[in-house]
Amino acid sequence: MTVVAVVRRTLLVLGLPVVLFALWWFATADSTDFYFPPLATILESFGKVWTGERLLSDVVPSLLRLTAGYLLAVVVGVGLGLVVGMRRTVRDYLEPVLELFRAIPPPVLVPVIMLFAGIGDTMKVLVIVSGCMWPILLNTVEGVRAVDEVLSDTCRSYGITGTARLRHLVLRGASPQIVTGMRQALSIGIILMVISEMFAASNGLGFTIVQFQRSFAIPEMWSGVLLLGVLGFLLSLLFRFAENRAMAWYHGLRRAQRNP
Amino acid sequence: MTSPGITPVMEKTAGTDTGPGGPGGAPARRGPVPVALLRGLAGVAGLVAVLEVLPHTGLVSADYLPPASETVRALWQMLAEQTFWTALGDTLTGWGLGLAIAVVAGVVAGVIIGSVPVLRAVTASTIEFLRPIPSVALIPVAVLLYGTDLRSKLLLVVYASFWQVLVQVLAGMQDVDPVADDTARSYLLGTRGRVRHVMWPTALPYVMTGVRLAATVALILTITAELVIGAPGLGREIAVAQVSGAVPQVYALVLVTGLLGVAVNLLARAVERRALHWHQSVRVEVTA
Repeated sequence: MTVVAVVRRTLLVLGLPVVLFALWWFATADSTDFYFPPLATILESFGKVWTGERLLSDVVPSLLRLTAGYLLAVVVGVGLGLVVGMRRTVRDYLEPVLELFRAIPPPVLVPVIMLFAGIGDTMKVLVIVSGCMWPILLNTVEGVRAVDEVLSDTCRSYGITGTARLRHLVLRGASPQIVTGMRQALSIGIILMVISEMFAASNGLGFTIVQFQRSFAIPEMWSGVLLLGVLGFLLSLLFRFAENRAMAWYHGLRRAQRNP
Repeated sequence: MTSPGITPVMEKTAGTDTGPGGPGGAPARRGPVPVALLRGLAGVAGLVAVLEVLPHTGLVSADYLPPASETVRALWQMLAEQTFWTALGDTLTGWGLGLAIAVVAGVVAGVIIGSVPVLRAVTASTIEFLRPIPSVALIPVAVLLYGTDLRSKLLLVVYASFWQVLVQVLAGMQDVDPVADDTARSYLLGTRGRVRHVMWPTALPYVMTGVRLAATVALILTITAELVIGAPGLGREIAVAQVSGAVPQVYALVLVTGLLGVAVNLLARAVERRALHWHQSVRVEVTA
């Protein structure tokens, strides 16, 4: 019984991906189309291109810039979000301005930030910060606004103020929203990491892939596209893992509320 | 699979507007004009003032950050030029077309997958794998296949927005109240009837959230395609202005894209409100 269940589950999870993969493999197996090389060729060049020194010279710098920009955006976004969310007057003054900044499509900031910061690492990190910050900031504001009033009153009755209140009531109450913002910010961060490198760079994933495309190294280019895809998938997996750990209390609470 | 912050269920709380830091229930309106609106305008005016003064103080070089007045002048001049309007039209075409394709495809696929449990189980892992793939990964492919054509813009826009809609539709179809579903079964409604009368109304708020998110994502990807690939539109104008050192024009165009983003947000919210006028979340907001 349990063996059957496990097999069934495995089939469900792996079935379609395997079929699609096989489809791609066989459909392109004898492909002579210049733009769509056989999957075997792509995978072969994947091994060649991304395991050697490119890993250190291109993949690692990209990921480091993403990490730095993303973490900075979290700190700035949550910090500002707390200030704006807790003070109604501040919020009134800043809301339209923040909405405008949020609405600017983040990639257009690349040329603007290039004016200030050149084309080095600083520019790329700043681009990532300036794009990732807004969803985190605005979600923090929303989260702080929506903190349970009864809890808020209880805190006041017990004389819980200052840092303790911030940590145990405001931050915790807003954390589901903050996490949502962080999830949105992560996908924006990946986009900006790639774009900032495509625009102007001397190393990095985006740069390398565009170089391949410009020099018509098609299998290498496809391998880069694959790598970006896998990277996006792994990062979202990592995020979900971290979220499940940090927000276990919240998910449990929601489940309990849903099926009393 | 669903994220709590973007489901419509959570958005209801946004309507109750008492800042936890304040004394609670401060009057939002005083006299005929809402105080919040005045403060918002003051905030915008403050931003403009800072942008105007900052370059004059020498803290920031005017070469990098032209005074606000200069940006506005550049914008004014642009408005008189035909190229600007052509670029705006190109951007809007890519955005609208891409969004429309993505929404139709996402809703159709979502309803089919969501109403057949086997399909949902089989496709779940594939969707979870394909969704986080950043659409910018497709930029080189798009350039190779379509060059700076409208189609390469559409490829990016549709890929990015499709998942937003699909995932929300699936979440919505899953959220169906079991009692309502059982009732429909008792009344001998077939699969089609249940999809039409039970699942779709339940899913609609989610669909609308998906459309709203997709509208924003579509704009981002449209402009990205223009900026990076060089497809005609506002994004390419920005790249051209930047390369030729026309800094005020860069800022003016960035401002235009921001205003476009605000307009897209407002439009999406209006559509959402209209489509969900019967839904509790909207009715509560109206009476409040």
